[in-house]
Amino acid sequence: MTRAPILTVDGLSKRFGGLVAVDGLSFSVYPGEIVGLLGPNGSGKTTTMHLISGALKPSAGSIRLGGDEIAGQPPYRIARLGIARTFQLVRVLGSMTCLENVQAGLAFGPGALAGKAAAQRAHALLERVGMHPLADRPAGELTYLDQTRLELARALAVRPRLLLLDEWLAGLNPSELVEGIALLRALREDGITMVLVEHVMDAIRSLCDRCVVMNAGRKIADAQPEAALSDPEVVRAYLGDDDA
Amino acid sequence: MTLRQLLLLTAGVGLLAAAALTPLIGSGYAMSMAINLLMFTALATAWALFSGPTGYISLATVAFFGIGAYTVAVVGEALPWGLVLALAAGLGFLVALVVGLSTLRLRGVYFVIFTFGLAELIRQLVTWYEANHAGSVGRFVFLDISQAQIVWQLTAVTAVVFLLGALLQRSRLGLTLRMIGDDETVALHCGANTTAAKLLAFSLSAALMALVGAIVAPRWTYLDPTIAFNPVVSFQVLIMALLGGAGRLYGPLLGVIPLVLLFEYLSAHFPNHFSILLGVTFLAIVYLVPNGVAGLAERYLGRPRPSQPAAAAPAQPKEGTS
Ligand SMILES: Nc1ncnc2c1ncn2[C@@H]1O[C@H](COP(=O)(O)OP(=O)(O)OP(=O)(O)O)[C@@H](O)[C@H]1O
Ligand SMILES: [Mg+2]
Repeated sequence: MTRAPILTVDGLSKRFGGLVAVDGLSFSVYPGEIVGLLGPNGSGKTTTMHLISGALKPSAGSIRLGGDEIAGQPPYRIARLGIARTFQLVRVLGSMTCLENVQAGLAFGPGALAGKAAAQRAHALLERVGMHPLADRPAGELTYLDQTRLELARALAVRPRLLLLDEWLAGLNPSELVEGIALLRALREDGITMVLVEHVMDAIRSLCDRCVVMNAGRKIADAQPEAALSDPEVVRAYLGDDDA
Repeated sequence: MTLRQLLLLTAGVGLLAAAALTPLIGSGYAMSMAINLLMFTALATAWALFSGPTGYISLATVAFFGIGAYTVAVVGEALPWGLVLALAAGLGFLVALVVGLSTLRLRGVYFVIFTFGLAELIRQLVTWYEANHAGSVGRFVFLDISQAQIVWQLTAVTAVVFLLGALLQRSRLGLTLRMIGDDETVALHCGANTTAAKLLAFSLSAALMALVGAIVAPRWTYLDPTIAFNPVVSFQVLIMALLGGAGRLYGPLLGVIPLVLLFEYLSAHFPNHFSILLGVTFLAIVYLVPNGVAGLAERYLGRPRPSQPAAAAPAQPKEGTS
């Protein structure tokens, strides 16, 4: 690709006491791309998402969104610059209705909406994820599946230049999975750039343009999905290094 | 405006008008009841402006109330009354701002304890200052302000508190506070500057409490820190707001009316056991009406927002919200 990357992570590290959860990680994401962030359990994927979205402050390294250095900035400022996210353990605003949950995402930053315009846009976004019949339902009463879809609608309401999804497809049954993948593919058609943490191989193969694979906090592969998944080091990491 | 809002507005204006009329038609006792009712309505509603939506339970009410009262005791005779009130509100706002910067990082029980400690700390500081620098711990408040004037001023402040509350609910700040109450992490990642929102709402609420303290101060001709910073007031305000329901603007009022009457009865008939009975009342309320009277009423009279439980929703484990 010749275009300038939208996200550039460079030498990113995060230590928790003695544990180095992310260790000198570097990768780039280009506009319109879907990048899969893979790796065995505990390899530092969620921590990386937390660092990019500002939920955690890096111990070292730089994160650039377009031209802006965002490493260590508070999450609300990063959100206003255009990074939206979902959570590995789904999080909704439980006492508020689905419509209000989406309006919450619309209310801040440049291009924020309020009142009638916000309600209209929120309805459109709920429709986008197939939830408009539940608009007036309190989010806390939704099923797990509906809560994940609501989270996606709320993240889209933030008007992201970059969308971070942490195992958004986890816990879906096969038919729900087909629906979920179709929805993400439709978002890609709209030109939304994404970083996906995923364990579901079907989803990775059909969605990702490129995969960054992590193990023990380090990057061990960065290639197109087939190439990355058949990389010997990746195979060894996933099968477990019993010999180590 | 919906019918429900119109009814609430009419009821509110009616109650305030009735309160404002007591000095003209009522006895001295009626006036003192009106002062109590108005004072606690303003305090509990101001408390709920911040604590209701965010779930940050504050026991610092009396710290700000006392700051207002002490402003009157110290400069009440030297400055015009309007300026005294403005100074009291401003001081309440400033102290809350400074304290909030350090406190609002705390959550849950830590926040509760800190706010309680804050009120005690301010009381001790004032006692220490008065004893060592002012010469005596108590002060006399000789102001030419009648009971009737106190009633009218409190009526005006109560109206202002409700007006601010109504505006807040429609504002982005109000939305932010509700988001914080549900999940502060989500609020942050939606782009909400939660620290600024909490500070502003906490300080606004504190300014109103200080204003109430200043207005009722002339009632006591003698003031000392144990009167102005009596921690029981913080607990009373908390119980009233919880009994009424802190999630709605008119909720605290529903707790204020029965409890002011009850506390009046208890302190008249059982002056020596007042604190114990206060505690029992507290326990009973938390146990019996966890969602407050407003929550109960709206469950039986129909809610403003439709919300049938999801038909097929299995019991969903609630994710921990940091
Ligand atoms: N707040 C924290 N404090 C201490 N250690 C942490 C913290 N968060 C994560 N860790 C540790 O950092 C490592 C990486 O965790 P992380 O959640 O990023 O992994 P992951 O790749 O997302 O795993 P999974 O696939 O299971 O979600 C783990 O060893 C984890 O125990
Ligand atoms: Mg994870």
